[in-house]
Amino acid sequence: MARQPSPARVLTTTVAAWIVGFLIFFPILWMVLTSFKTELEAFSTPPSFLFFHWTTENYAAVQGRSDYVHHAINSIVIAGGSTLIAMLIAIPAAWSMAFAPSPRTRDILLWMLSTKMMPPVGVLVPIYLIYRNFGLLDSRVGLVAVLCLGNLPIVVWMLFTYFKEIPKDILEAARMDGATIGKELVYVLTPMAVPGIASTLLLNFILAWNEAFWTLNLSTSQAAPLTVFIASYSSPEGLFWAKLSAASTLAIAPILVLGWFSQRQLVRGLTFGAVK
Amino acid sequence: MATEQTRGLGRILIAPAVIALFVWMIVPLVMTIYFSTLDYNLLNPGSESFVGLENYFYFLTDPAFLASLQNTLVLVGSVLAITVVVGTLVALLLDQAVIGRSIVRLMVIAPFFVMPTVSALVWKNLLMHPVSGLFAWIATSLGLRPIDWFAEAPLLAIILIVAWQWLPFATLILLTALQSLDEEQKEAAEMDGARAFSTFFHITLPHLARPITVVILIETIFLLTVFAEIYVTTGGGPGLQTTNIAFLIYSQALIQFDVGTASAGGLVAVVLANIVAFFLVRIVGRNLEA
Amino acid sequence: MGRITLEGVRKSFASHLIIQGADLDIEDGSFVVFVGPSGCGKTTLLRLIAGLEDVSDGRILIDGANVVGVPPSKRGLSMVFQSYALYPHMSVRGNIAFGLKMAGLPKSEIDRKVEAAAATLNLTPYLDRKPRELSGGQRQRVAIGRAIVREPKAFLFDEPLSNLDAALRVQMRLEVTRLQRQLATTAVYVTHDQVEAMTMADRIVVLNAGRIEQYGSPLELYERPANVFVAGFIGSPRMNFIGNESAKRYGAATIGVRPEHIKASRDGEGWEGVVTDAEHLGSDTFLHVDIAGIGNLTARSIGEIGLSAGDRAHLLPDPAHIHRFDADGKALHA
Repeated sequence: MARQPSPARVLTTTVAAWIVGFLIFFPILWMVLTSFKTELEAFSTPPSFLFFHWTTENYAAVQGRSDYVHHAINSIVIAGGSTLIAMLIAIPAAWSMAFAPSPRTRDILLWMLSTKMMPPVGVLVPIYLIYRNFGLLDSRVGLVAVLCLGNLPIVVWMLFTYFKEIPKDILEAARMDGATIGKELVYVLTPMAVPGIASTLLLNFILAWNEAFWTLNLSTSQAAPLTVFIASYSSPEGLFWAKLSAASTLAIAPILVLGWFSQRQLVRGLTFGAVK
Repeated sequence: MATEQTRGLGRILIAPAVIALFVWMIVPLVMTIYFSTLDYNLLNPGSESFVGLENYFYFLTDPAFLASLQNTLVLVGSVLAITVVVGTLVALLLDQAVIGRSIVRLMVIAPFFVMPTVSALVWKNLLMHPVSGLFAWIATSLGLRPIDWFAEAPLLAIILIVAWQWLPFATLILLTALQSLDEEQKEAAEMDGARAFSTFFHITLPHLARPITVVILIETIFLLTVFAEIYVTTGGGPGLQTTNIAFLIYSQALIQFDVGTASAGGLVAVVLANIVAFFLVRIVGRNLEA
Repeated sequence: MGRITLEGVRKSFASHLIIQGADLDIEDGSFVVFVGPSGCGKTTLLRLIAGLEDVSDGRILIDGANVVGVPPSKRGLSMVFQSYALYPHMSVRGNIAFGLKMAGLPKSEIDRKVEAAAATLNLTPYLDRKPRELSGGQRQRVAIGRAIVREPKAFLFDEPLSNLDAALRVQMRLEVTRLQRQLATTAVYVTHDQVEAMTMADRIVVLNAGRIEQYGSPLELYERPANVFVAGFIGSPRMNFIGNESAKRYGAATIGVRPEHIKASRDGEGWEGVVTDAEHLGSDTFLHVDIAGIGNLTARSIGEIGLSAGDRAHLLPDPAHIHRFDADGKALHA
């Protein structure tokens, strides 16, 4: 932009943008503030904004609950496990579609994407019954499998777009330089693909962490991740607001941080490239 | 570009993904179709009987279905309207020169990364609670009667929660699209005598037409199956006021244990989603050529 | 050492014939240029030799051994790509050393060879930089360095100079030819620029729509083009082609005469016409003259001859340099 907007203009847009941002962010902010109040203060009216008795007793209480830690570990295992397995299946597939395409590659890719568009509730019944019969209900393995398959299309798609951006003549140069396919993968492709692989990993970990259909329906206590744990606060005892806030803050804080780093990947991953 | 040796290898490498997704799609789908033809209730195991298309008949003529269909359409339509309109405005705002823009972006993006169960409970309790919630306090401070959201306007409450969660998605997509609109087009328009509003109408908005379409299609696919927010706040009620198709099927499957009807319903949901998916895949496919 | 032979090489892609039966014998140590218009298949032919594409039919022999089916990594060839294709995550040293590393040479030998190649190409001060920190010309040298350090049987060049600016291109033309002569390694070079072809090649292969039109030394192509296509492609400005009556008088369907073999004058002998355009370069003058019954001809004169648009002019072709072609466009030799 060759011309700079006037300082008055910058000021108005800045103020407007900050107000809008603050309004949108407010519920999260309010939740974090509440997590530092006592239960009595959390529930009292009029609500106090900044000048209240700040306490970390809620965090202590939440972290002290052994089941909170248990569910947090479940979240990590399930989100991490499903994403890693999805990556293991998807990386070869994306490589194949990006570098050794066949005439049917485009159709296969579109078909894979279409499986993501299937509403989970459409297959709730059979999955539930299969899981029940095989003892997979409330199991970490079961959840990892379902989330892995659910996110697989997005993982494949994102990796495909990142691989496609690697100029193919650099790979051909490696081949001319005497590299076998294996060496080409290790010495040239992977180093160039690492940023793309990391971004894909990040975004899909977040999506798996937040998944709230299969986790709610296929687990109750043993394998339940944090999504389910928080849901258990929905019973009408309103006296647990501060603790709910603390538990929620703990549950979402890491994801908010990771989410900040993965904005661009969000666009790429969830729009399937329909928007540049 | 691929030579014979790379192509053969390519086929092997893609197999696991294709097989996994194929099984994931076909097996449950076939089972759903099968179950939908049975009168099968988990509470009476062993008494299944073949009833053909009766389940579809019952499901589609059930007043609960019509109510849930209406709720679904209202929910999806409202969230789309809110997220697209507000999203466009916020994107336009963030496209300007703003001090501390990256922090504002963080604030605007944040809701998308919050777990649905957390969002729902925070909104229901901390904000919308008719006695101790923040909205109630704001209302009484202004001399208005506080609204008991989940009793008086439950669907609206759900709409607000879901719209809040999806606003960042629309904003981010539209902002990305705005930033890809090259300056020179706008400068050319200015040379041609267009002022701010005309430029927006004749250049920016058409450029946004495609991304808005994509946002609408993608959001629709995911909004058709809103579940967690309803599960955690209203359980579909009061009555059927916040039951959408997804929740209806869920309640038939895992509350009433009526597998047959739930399967029929599930298939209906799949058909609805497929219609939208058809258009989305076409757009993505066109982009793949480019 | 580096003799490449093509026998009946054909390449189709989706029922579209890209290369139609190419037969070629490239001698060891020679500099052969593939030249032709866009889409003629010259790059495809190069990539077939490299092994980056599969042949549909025919044999490719390197030093007598058929390499069809042999992967590129095992053919012992080096390639310089149009975009240079440097490894962005490796330094210049790493880029040049990569091929030697793949061959499993000991580190000390790799270092020695890399430094020798860098010295030849004036890259020594840049050895530890990454490609993104280099200029276009420097990147091109790295690409060449990567190719020469492996001492291959032949170099393959895919339009390596087309991304450089005009002045640099002229300079690099000379450097590449000098380097090839010094190393005495076979080189196959693809370009669409016939000036590059003429100045660099020992022999030129002119391709048109997947067919080899002619294979010969630059002078052969210039003085004895095999057909209308080669005659019109080689030489700038383009040869003048004249049909109908004038051609029949010479016993041909078409005759051609190069602009430099037409003497232009204000009132001399020859065809009479009106100058439509005159290009004054100082060193040469190109006149475009409209001759009734014949058409618009281009004539080239040394220096300045004082004619401009609108003037009457006379064009006299040199009878010793009139090329005759039959109805199929093939050359008729006296």
